[in-house]
Amino acid sequence: MTQSPALSGERADFPVLPRRRTSSAKRKQHRAAYLFLLPFFVVFVTMLVVPLVYAGYLSLFESKLIGGETFAGFANYARALTDPAFLGGLGRVGLFFVVQVPIMLGLALFFALALDSARARGSKAIRLFIYMPYAVPAVVATLMWGYLYGPDFGPIAQIARAVGFGTPDFLSPGSILGSMMNIVTWEFVGYNMIIMYAALRSIPAELYEAAEIDGAGQFRLAWSVKIPAIRPAIMLTVIFSIIGSFQLFAEPSLLNAIAPNAITNSFTPNYYGYNLAFINQELNYAAAIAFLLGIVIAVVSYVVQLSEERRERREMRLS
Amino acid sequence: MNKKARRTALALIGGAVSIGLLLTGCSPSSDGGSAPGAVSQDDIDTAMTTPTKLTFWTWVPDIENEVKLFEEKYPAIDVTVENVGQGLPHYQKLRSAIEAGEGAPDVAQVEYQYIPSFVLNDSLLDLTSYGADELSADYVDWAWNQVSPDAAVWAIPQDVGPMGHLYREDILAKAGITEPPATWDDYATAAKAVKDSTGSYISNLGATQAGQMIGFFWQAGVKPFGYDGKETVTIDVNSDGAKKVASYWTSLIQQDLISTDVDFQDQWYQGLANGKYAGWLTAAWGPIFLQGTAESTSGLWRAATLPQWKKGEKVSGNWGGSSDAILASSKNPIAAYELAKFINNDHESAMKLATEQFLFPPQVSVLEDPAFVDQKSEFYGGQQVNSLFADISKTVDTDFQWVPFMDYVYSTYEETIGSVIADKGDLAAALHAWQDQLVKYAKAQGFTVK
Repeated sequence: MTQSPALSGERADFPVLPRRRTSSAKRKQHRAAYLFLLPFFVVFVTMLVVPLVYAGYLSLFESKLIGGETFAGFANYARALTDPAFLGGLGRVGLFFVVQVPIMLGLALFFALALDSARARGSKAIRLFIYMPYAVPAVVATLMWGYLYGPDFGPIAQIARAVGFGTPDFLSPGSILGSMMNIVTWEFVGYNMIIMYAALRSIPAELYEAAEIDGAGQFRLAWSVKIPAIRPAIMLTVIFSIIGSFQLFAEPSLLNAIAPNAITNSFTPNYYGYNLAFINQELNYAAAIAFLLGIVIAVVSYVVQLSEERRERREMRLS
Repeated sequence: MNKKARRTALALIGGAVSIGLLLTGCSPSSDGGSAPGAVSQDDIDTAMTTPTKLTFWTWVPDIENEVKLFEEKYPAIDVTVENVGQGLPHYQKLRSAIEAGEGAPDVAQVEYQYIPSFVLNDSLLDLTSYGADELSADYVDWAWNQVSPDAAVWAIPQDVGPMGHLYREDILAKAGITEPPATWDDYATAAKAVKDSTGSYISNLGATQAGQMIGFFWQAGVKPFGYDGKETVTIDVNSDGAKKVASYWTSLIQQDLISTDVDFQDQWYQGLANGKYAGWLTAAWGPIFLQGTAESTSGLWRAATLPQWKKGEKVSGNWGGSSDAILASSKNPIAAYELAKFINNDHESAMKLATEQFLFPPQVSVLEDPAFVDQKSEFYGGQQVNSLFADISKTVDTDFQWVPFMDYVYSTYEETIGSVIADKGDLAAALHAWQDQLVKYAKAQGFTVK
């Protein structure tokens, strides 16, 4: 992403034109551009900015069932930062991110490379099959897996019993996070694979030819050409995954019905916020939790991106 | 084209403005619950002949049939029935609408335990000045006390769930038990016999089912909750009485004589149908529910009273049931009240609810109607199940109360007691943790805790 010197030089050479000459035509164009952008901004402001500001405003108050609303400053934030339920949930999704995301993206990358190498027969059909779970809504997927995990009548448990392994308990407090990782992986491998696959398809063929002339095999090709070439795409999936795992909600809220002992009210920060708002009726505190979660996600995404950029720069300097 | 674009822009701006208004209009209105002078018959006649539109939020299936009877009697009133969800989602939407100050229905279904949470913020209309206090004799005492714990009347009772014991006669007979257990001691003995000789559990204790456990508390005379209608709540979930009940279940769970599956889930439905559980300690709405769930076992089931703590006693508790309340924000309170009253008080409508929707009635005239009590049920071997539960209903303790934050009570039950049940731990000890959480929450919310 370096600026070519030719380009910047050219810009400096441009004569500075008197403003008035372009203004009427330019202004018309500008006006048209703003007009086209207007619908987006109206919706953006009313549906995103206003609610966000309102939530921020709410988070600064304290509302009691007796006594009503009072201004509380940052008391809700201070409470959240010492709330073991919130921090525990944050730790849980952090663990989820550290364990599940590498597995999921690793699988996605593997599938994308395998499909791209054109070695696999019927690659179009396979691509579709891997992608299909993403088309299943998260709610349906969770309900389906909930049935598969069932200890008495779930097929996995029945097979395990028939083979003599006893009944595995996928829904116990100790294993529920793993079971959830499995569901999310199943859901999103295809989605991430498609992003990586699309990036792989746009690598210019000359690079492959050059590598082949240098005597590179398929693995070497994948490792030294393909993966570096699609690094921006991989980065994109990482960022999406950070947001996805820190915002886990549908899975715990649905699994709660069949495994209420394993899923506590504060299992994930989002689920905690939801319960705070609608069960505990602590709307203001829930708003503070939501804001903090947003900040955490922004920070983690930024740190990941920054470290990647740094690595890229370092590698460039080395080469 | 230009015009259209302008119109869209205007509409969008209009939308933005109205959202802004919505946001600023979010402070709860405090003008409710006041009781103006009594409503005269003239007022009622005028209200019932003036064309009026009412909205009614309920999740009772096919309640349109009863509403139709009402509309036939009062053609000027047009009722829209809306099902916005069952239980929690229903209350969430109701609370949001109340907070927003618009969009709330005129009449809403409210379960008894949630009435105080709506009384708390003056969301319900006190029905005394509309003549509701005259209805008290029409309902069984304990049900009336649920909607009218003091002088005010907050709703009209619709259905109740006095608790009884449904059991598989065939499985118990295999274990040599021919009579349903009369006391809880007998029940424990029977549980052992059933487990040893048939492998079935005598019943299932829903691991996270607070309603069932609170029903057991109710039967044992435990008074875990209280609310004075203002700012004082009583929280006493770890009293000696509650501990006695909790220890009883702990012992059965630890001996593996009772299962602790989560109820109202696939596993549990299957368990009822395939004999994993030889019985179900449930409410008066249970018999019909079971009939739909375990069709293949028709004729094998019987109904009885709950086992008793003292031999010879006849006491029961309640689990579930609903009432219809009028929102204080209703613009047509008279018509709304007449709707709630008609549906749950008119004999034809109440009989329909009891015999077609199978809601167990709190209304005395239905409980005495032969067309209801003399019904024989084949699923229960020809037993008159309605008659049995009508008798049980007379034995429910009349003085049981709630706190205005039962959602929180139930959700912390799941956290503190539910996990202990699953781990086969000591329930009596877990009651302390539950108590602590509830007291802490109540104090943080500004209540005085007794």
